[in-house]
Amino acid sequence: MGRRVAARLGQAIVVLWVVATLAFFLIHAAPGDPFGFDAPSITPATRAFWRHQFGYDRPLGVQYARWLDNVAHGRFGYSQSLHEPVRDAIAQALPRTLLLMGVALVAAFAIGILLALFQVQHRGTRRARWAGTIALLFYSLPDFWLAMVLLLAFAYWVPILPAGFTVDPVMHQYMAPIPALVDRLRHLVLPALTLTLLTTAGVARFQRNELLEVLPLDFIRTARAKGLDERAVVRRHALRNALLPTITLAGLALPALLGGAVFVEKVFSWQGMGWLTVNAIGMRDYPLVMAAVIVATCMVVLGNLLADLAYAAADPRLRAD
Amino acid sequence: MAEPLLAIENLRTYFHTAGGVARAVDGLSLTVAPGETVGVVGESGCGKSVTALSILRLIGAPGRIESGSRILFQGRDLLSLDGRAMRAVRGNRIAMIFQEPMTALNPVFTVGDQVAEVARIHAGASRAEAWKRAVEMLDRVGIPAAGERAREYPHQLSGGMRQRVMIAMALMMQPDLLIADEPTTALDVTIQAQILELLAELQRQFGMSVLLITHDFGVIAETASRVVVMYGGEAVEQAPVRELFAHPHHPYTQGLLAAMPRLGASRERLQTIPGTVPAPTDWPAGCRFRDRCAFAWERCEREHPALHQLSADHASRCHLAVEPERRVAHPPAAPAEIA
Amino acid sequence: MPTDGPRRRAGPGWKQLTPGARAACGVIVLFVLAAVFAPLLTRYQPWQQLDVVRLKSLPPSLAHPFGTDRFSRDVYTRVLYGARVSLAIGALAVLLSSSVGTLYGAVAGYAGGVVDTVMMRIIDTFLSVPRVLLLIAVLALWSPVPLAGLILLIGLTGWFDIARIVRAQAMALRDREFVVAARSLGARPSAIVWRHVLPNVLAPVIVAGMLAVGNVIVLEAGLSFLGIGVREPTASWGTMFQDAANQFVSSWWAVIFPGVAIVATVLALNTLGDALRDLLDPRQLPAHPGSEFQEPAHG
Repeated sequence: MGRRVAARLGQAIVVLWVVATLAFFLIHAAPGDPFGFDAPSITPATRAFWRHQFGYDRPLGVQYARWLDNVAHGRFGYSQSLHEPVRDAIAQALPRTLLLMGVALVAAFAIGILLALFQVQHRGTRRARWAGTIALLFYSLPDFWLAMVLLLAFAYWVPILPAGFTVDPVMHQYMAPIPALVDRLRHLVLPALTLTLLTTAGVARFQRNELLEVLPLDFIRTARAKGLDERAVVRRHALRNALLPTITLAGLALPALLGGAVFVEKVFSWQGMGWLTVNAIGMRDYPLVMAAVIVATCMVVLGNLLADLAYAAADPRLRAD
Repeated sequence: MAEPLLAIENLRTYFHTAGGVARAVDGLSLTVAPGETVGVVGESGCGKSVTALSILRLIGAPGRIESGSRILFQGRDLLSLDGRAMRAVRGNRIAMIFQEPMTALNPVFTVGDQVAEVARIHAGASRAEAWKRAVEMLDRVGIPAAGERAREYPHQLSGGMRQRVMIAMALMMQPDLLIADEPTTALDVTIQAQILELLAELQRQFGMSVLLITHDFGVIAETASRVVVMYGGEAVEQAPVRELFAHPHHPYTQGLLAAMPRLGASRERLQTIPGTVPAPTDWPAGCRFRDRCAFAWERCEREHPALHQLSADHASRCHLAVEPERRVAHPPAAPAEIA
Repeated sequence: MPTDGPRRRAGPGWKQLTPGARAACGVIVLFVLAAVFAPLLTRYQPWQQLDVVRLKSLPPSLAHPFGTDRFSRDVYTRVLYGARVSLAIGALAVLLSSSVGTLYGAVAGYAGGVVDTVMMRIIDTFLSVPRVLLLIAVLALWSPVPLAGLILLIGLTGWFDIARIVRAQAMALRDREFVVAARSLGARPSAIVWRHVLPNVLAPVIVAGMLAVGNVIVLEAGLSFLGIGVREPTASWGTMFQDAANQFVSSWWAVIFPGVAIVATVLALNTLGDALRDLLDPRQLPAHPGSEFQEPAHG
């Protein structure tokens, strides 16, 4: 087991190094000037000074080394658009994104697995076909569109939920602990629901396929030969086997979740990393955008590592090593 | 004769595929008496495994047991039972063990769990009680340190052990009939002998009947009291074991027996039966064995032979039973395709 | 004499498609036709601002079946012309990713060994970066990116799944008799890959490609929504959300109709892709109720 962890960690570091290098290349190859904003007080001399101070006039190799060092220490530079170090901005935004994604991940997998189970236990019936069609429908929706529709529906047409932000921008600071918690939850509902609906469909489709792959296997026949009813066969014998690849799916779903989170955060003004990134677009805030990419990749790598370990723990065939 | 434990009457199991209807079992009848071991032998593709699965109604789409078939177990037609009643029979009164113990066991559950499950299903036992019974059973089938072994997973056991686990699973409820589908084919020769001995011993202890499916005559010789030879989805010969070995009637049986390599025999070439088994979607008219038979004549081409009784307990599906003078070897009727 | 590959089974016919799949086909054809014949189906231009004072932000009516947006442009017209752009982007980007992915996967799968391991690790690395974020980063930094560049970027970030699928197939094919025979007869690896491997991976690639087109359409819409995808004055389904986003509370038609267009197209593509996969996958599973093992057996 220890060897496995070490190997995966090694891979993870390689991945991060590659991404950091890619980011470096992108920043330096991109047009425009990090210090190119137009303001009367900024003279060419000032620009030259900044360039020198941030090391932009050093040879590329040296800059690369410094970049890697900075990234490794989480020093992502300064954000022009936010007027604060990128690190601080991300530190504030990241937990909000993690909250949103965490809730969506758990909910989507729970519902998705149950949905797949339902579809397989009742396969061939109309109910199951409808369930499949609805899942396919949600799988086909654009993230931002679903977000907008839900926002329209539940914040305007039937105004029962707030229209954006993570907490009430005005009142939250004055709330007692319990109402404050409720306030947070109310703001969480719509964005989390959006992400969950989008992800559930994918999970259900995947899990259903895995279940159907397991069903023709010999040990399922043995279970039936023991006199077990069909539903228990699927629930107990098939599912346990079909869940293993789903653990891996949890890791693979992270990039998609992060992508979806970008749109959801924008529509709901949920001040997470996606929202930060989107806002940084128009401002050519290179450091912020790159930092977001690197941090996001970090999350994916970490998530995959955890999924891999979980898989090894769950599959008895891998445990005994 | 006392009432048979199992009586299969005119079993027809067809697979309705896009490529045609495969008549895997096409009118099979056989009986198993209480306490008897009946062997069903034949090449792959003759329908013996499908027969076994049909008894327990484990045939899935696109397969179907056609109407007109009857499977009488202790007097009741299994094919008329509803889902619940059938499940009460499976694993309980009739149990089955399969050929590949590695794939037949669930890789993510301990062997103890899988054996205990039978008691939980049929005896309503609690987890603890079922586990205890499982360990006892594992011990009884000859697994050393059964208590610890029960906590292991299938991939941690050897092939022979896994088959013992399967046997333990099958015998938990002391069924009246055990169907063994090629139980030793996937095992080493030395382990084979052990498993067969185990089966024989347990049969004696529990007084149960065994329906043993195999392609290996050696296994039959050791364990069965009666034999049914299958070809082309039908029984082509039935006889007590000794009688079959001493006086095989059907040319196919003769071919199978001749093909068995024998220790001490002179080093000639191994005998084979020329040709291959026809596809179940396309059984030839007349006798299904005619293209590979050394004695076939024009009657074999047009008339499907009935199962003729040669004596009280010996039957053969061959026209030679009524025209024995035709038993003169000549080149087969159709050009033989050597595979 | 080199052996030809296994005789290819006749492809699935119209008859074998489920009614849902046939409907999906119809929907796709409908949208393609609408895109191609857009000028015939509407008398307005997508950028045409009809009457900034009187006609802006009107709900659906007979004159304007999908209403007008806040720049008094006819939404129906923009949906029709937007179809051209969105569908074209989808098709071209997927063409690119399919080509790259197929080649990459075929080489990796056929070569095997260290080459395969390294190539797959490279893919794993790229898959760790969320596609949307990467695209945002590049598109934002190089903004404005011309349409060709957009297609290129989307295509070059989407070939990984196809590469994996093709690789799996190539590995399986490597040990099939006709490939071994060709190899033993001295055929060069490149020839083998070209003549034997590629034709046999066509089917799963088509299925994956169909699903990918749907993904690209959604992706392009999202990027355009953020303002970094397709640029004005070109209208795509995604750009229509840019303006609408600020006003959608009061003019829902500007958001709902283009959205429905996207959803319908993507749903159709996914349905058809699924149906094709069920048909082409040799490991067909019959869909029957579990009661096959429970109810009385007589058929």
